[in-house]
Amino acid sequence: MDVTFLLNGETVRVAAEPTQTLLDWLRIDRGLCGTKEGCNEGDCGACTVVVTDQHGGKALNACILFMPQLHGKAVRTVEGISGPSGALHPVQRAMIDHHGSQCGFCTPGIIASMAVAHQQGRSDHDDVLAGNLCRCTGYAPIIRAAEAAAQDPVPNWMDDPLVAASPQPYAPETLEALANWYAAHPDATLIAGATDVGLWVTKQLRDLSDVAFLNRCTALQKITVSEDTIQIGAAVTMTQVLAVMRDHHPSYADMIRRYGSEQVRNAATIGGNIANGSPIGDNPPALIALDATLHLRHGDETRELPIADFFIAYGKQDRAPGELVTGVSLPKQAPMLRCYKISKRFDQDISAVCGCFNITVTDGVVADARIAFGGMAGTPHRARNVEAALIGQPWTMASVETAAALFASDYTPMTDMRASAAYRLEVAENLLRRYFAELTGQPTSVLEISA
Amino acid sequence: MSVAKPLPHDAAALHVIGAARYIDDIPAPANMAHLAFGMAEIAKGWVTDMDLAQVQKAPGVIAVMTADDLPFANDVSPSIHDEPLLSEGTIHYLGQPLFFVVADTHLNARKAVRLAKITYSEDTPVLTIDEALATESRFEDGPRIWTKGDVDQALAEAPHHVQGRIEMGGQEHFYLEGQAALVIPQEGGDMLVHSSTQHPTEIQHKVADALGLPMHAVRCEVRRMGGGFGGKESQGNALAVACAVAARATGRPCKMRYDRDDDMMITGKRHDFRIDYTAGFDGDGRLLGVDFVQATRCGWALDLSLPVADRAMLHADNAYHLPSARITSHRLKTNTQSATAFRGFGGPQGVLGIERVLDHIAATLKADPADIRRLNYYAPMQDTTSAEPRKMGLDPSPLQTTPYHMPVSDFILHDLTETLLSNAGYSGRREKINAWNATHDVLKKGIAFSPVKFGISFTLSHLNQAGALVHVYQDGSVHMNHGGTEMGQGLFQKVAQVAAHRFGIDVHAVKITATDTAKVPNTSATAASSGSDLNGMAVANACDIIRDRIAAFLAERHQTTPDTVQFKDGQVHVGGETMTFAQAAQTAYLNRVSLSATGFYKTPGLNWDRIKGEGTPFFYFAQGAAITEVVIDTLTGENRILRADLLHDAGTSLNPALDVGQIEGGYVQGAGWLTTEELVWDTKGRLRTHAPSTYKIPACSDRPDIFNVALWDAPNPAQTIYRSKAVGEPPFMLGISAFLALSDAVSACGPSYPDLQAPATAEEVLNAVKRARG
Repeated sequence: MDVTFLLNGETVRVAAEPTQTLLDWLRIDRGLCGTKEGCNEGDCGACTVVVTDQHGGKALNACILFMPQLHGKAVRTVEGISGPSGALHPVQRAMIDHHGSQCGFCTPGIIASMAVAHQQGRSDHDDVLAGNLCRCTGYAPIIRAAEAAAQDPVPNWMDDPLVAASPQPYAPETLEALANWYAAHPDATLIAGATDVGLWVTKQLRDLSDVAFLNRCTALQKITVSEDTIQIGAAVTMTQVLAVMRDHHPSYADMIRRYGSEQVRNAATIGGNIANGSPIGDNPPALIALDATLHLRHGDETRELPIADFFIAYGKQDRAPGELVTGVSLPKQAPMLRCYKISKRFDQDISAVCGCFNITVTDGVVADARIAFGGMAGTPHRARNVEAALIGQPWTMASVETAAALFASDYTPMTDMRASAAYRLEVAENLLRRYFAELTGQPTSVLEISA
Repeated sequence: MSVAKPLPHDAAALHVIGAARYIDDIPAPANMAHLAFGMAEIAKGWVTDMDLAQVQKAPGVIAVMTADDLPFANDVSPSIHDEPLLSEGTIHYLGQPLFFVVADTHLNARKAVRLAKITYSEDTPVLTIDEALATESRFEDGPRIWTKGDVDQALAEAPHHVQGRIEMGGQEHFYLEGQAALVIPQEGGDMLVHSSTQHPTEIQHKVADALGLPMHAVRCEVRRMGGGFGGKESQGNALAVACAVAARATGRPCKMRYDRDDDMMITGKRHDFRIDYTAGFDGDGRLLGVDFVQATRCGWALDLSLPVADRAMLHADNAYHLPSARITSHRLKTNTQSATAFRGFGGPQGVLGIERVLDHIAATLKADPADIRRLNYYAPMQDTTSAEPRKMGLDPSPLQTTPYHMPVSDFILHDLTETLLSNAGYSGRREKINAWNATHDVLKKGIAFSPVKFGISFTLSHLNQAGALVHVYQDGSVHMNHGGTEMGQGLFQKVAQVAAHRFGIDVHAVKITATDTAKVPNTSATAASSGSDLNGMAVANACDIIRDRIAAFLAERHQTTPDTVQFKDGQVHVGGETMTFAQAAQTAYLNRVSLSATGFYKTPGLNWDRIKGEGTPFFYFAQGAAITEVVIDTLTGENRILRADLLHDAGTSLNPALDVGQIEGGYVQGAGWLTTEELVWDTKGRLRTHAPSTYKIPACSDRPDIFNVALWDAPNPAQTIYRSKAVGEPPFMLGISAFLALSDAVSACGPSYPDLQAPATAEEVLNAVKRARG
């Protein structure tokens, strides 16, 4: 596949295999060994690079970034974060001065994440660096460095122009072209952010030859906020979803802040998270609790369905071969929505349990209840017995206690390396109690407490 | 002065621009081949058939090698030759290497190994401590038992008792750079090995044995590792040996680096432990006797498990005087990865045992745990200002002794604790936390103090030696080499500061060079926190030899005595004349003075019988203390560190910035061990947490919100290099205060002792909340 992009300011044109990763290309083909492989699955951030597109610079994991995804973009590696004449970027200088590196292996990725955040003027360093694991420093000196560099101007070499890139057959640019291609290639793999498909290649060592890339299909990247509804295209990244949810569904946004990492959210799309049908994806429980509508398209045929109905069984969704998810629409207002993500580690961890509650109380009585969980079954789905036990009852702790006991009839969770079945069930019950307590104004999140 | 300066890490300027070179970054020699292991899919049994035909035919495959193809020793064990590089048919754990592929690319090698068709005859694996105890599956004949006094009588007579059990999980090292080796064949069958190892001499030794060569035919070079933490003390042997064997067979340079999942499936981790305790104490909480039974899963091969288990026993007292004690240690053989060295080397597990006992006593007496801890401290060092060397074991001593009968003469935790408790506002904060907890139902806070006293020296006494090689060139620049390896801890910079100081020159005049078995032979692993103690002294010795030669020559020329020649600020002063160090070197060269020297050091005063559990295994103790405040969610068990205050003893620090870095990083790693880092094996013996997606080391936001770290600045009474103290491992144990704080928070939920187990994941904290409620 013919790929044109800027590498550290220089235009390169490459004939790439469809699933050749940027990391392998940089290190093996290009001899740029500054960017490191730590885990080869997008979890450690040692391979972080800066990728600039029409939305600006962002941090991405090069280990699960396929070369064709770069067409028309600009890549800056740690080697190019220093100036052309070797001048240090302010974050590089600060990392030396504040002793932010020890073994140094995570450092290039950390520099890349810091350089983007510096360019964006961000001060939420914990979120910026959630996807960069460091085993030596305990992170404190890295944060000190980030804070110290904040006031320094962004070096001019960080301002990458866009490169002219002609349309490519592997990346359809209209929805029509994409839908028709997929209908004609129903066994093909659609690749959006590659945060999941990337691991099929780097860990399962699968050969994916018949692929199409979605990142140049702008029709799938739109967010439309109307009076009652938010419509989100399937290829909208989770970073963009986070931004829109901050305005409309803050609790959902708080959950997304912990979804993957900065690098993962910059690549991952909401459509991919839905379409892969994982029982532990974090969007579906929230979208089910919001009674969102899923939009699909097969060739010229479009249809929509309540998102809850999309998940039929483990590994089975209501999607025909060659049919693609084009987007999701959800209500703009849901002030009672609360989303709770429970995992071993707060940041960048897959949920053991993700529970989303959307309960409407009118005159002290539960008028409507939508409760959905991930991690509790083979699919994300509603706790219908719990909902039924709440509806029509007074919104009191007694009702909550009665209803909580019914989670065991709604879900039969399993035990795995993330949590035991018993813990999952108990936490599901307790999250209903948390929801009640939170709405009464009690502090219920350890993330909001300080010493 | 170059020692005691907070200089950056020697390679910091290279790290930040991506120019620091690790094994996989070394420009590939022409024709280089890549290796990958095929691994066992069962935990115990036998290979009945290994069909590698498809592997042979896979794209890019150059060779496939099994145990039958190995020319000499099939052994990568660092201890008792019980660890074959490739299985000879018997399977000991799920993940054991069975064969390896040599291919044209890393990816082709990985793809090819998956084409193997292997059939097994499966046996029931021994996976748990109970299974191992029940089947007497152990290393050594029986448990190792050390005693002090009559513990049975002490327990019988004690007015109060606690009894309990704490289980603590292992820990994956998660060095960011996975294991890697590159072997380049040399003329005449010699081999040059680049390895990411803490122990170049061991790599040299194992490669030589595998090739049937004397050690002189193999050279191992290590510029740096991308993290080690003990995980590269012995675990790099397999890669280096496989590459060497493949290089010999194919004549090509060979490289192997584990994919992260393979790394976690193959390599050993920290030993998990179960510690049972019975302690007797008086009404004030003063310990009278403690009976510990420590059981640890060593995995399938011995590796370094004996000294690890020994060190757990050696730290069963931590900072506390045990008038009587019995420590029983079971070293169990299980069908899991062979547990190995990890920062602290068993010490943290031993320390957590006694810290649990003191916590339990405090809970029983409803006393402040910090008070109970101080009450049981060893007696303080007599004169904290004295820099006189201790006289260990020479006189009948009134000093208190450890459970292994070593007098404790350098105990400084009384003053250090007082300072920390005061600076961190411990008492006031405890009251505020109690008040906060009284008004909050869902969330509870906790606070805890814990100290560490860590013995410094290899307990295998002969390892406490080091060598150095120093050259002064005629332009006054200095080439420095020693046996220590750089894994991020800053050893190279600290030792360069020592060298610069000896010559009175700027540290930039000292070239730091890769560890190389051809420059300094017979090195010990960079381990046991010993790096700067041993290598700093050896380098100082080499520098002094050269400096004294220059001084003697200049003194003679200027008709004065060598002791009047001064090396300072880049200059040499002799008989009223001043010259630059470069001029002095040039003059010495022209007058045929040798400007190259080796240096050597061995730690004095060690005397240890590990079977009896008696003697002086340590040169001195490094100490420190921490206070951690946490919050827990009683509905989910989620928890977070809110604040940590650390005060740690690095003696007179060689480099306070690097030492603080070790303390901060050690604390977070220690807290990770006891909170989110959970290793899970299934009932078949398959490790289910074999990647960062499932094994969770601390992320950025997991560090304490408020993180105050300070050095206790007092010279080491032992005669170490510039009176500094080792700092690599001891601060790891400060993370234990986070675990104790979680237990304290859980205690606020109910009347019963929470009996918190480690790691205290959210699930475990929630379980403990239920136990506390009774």
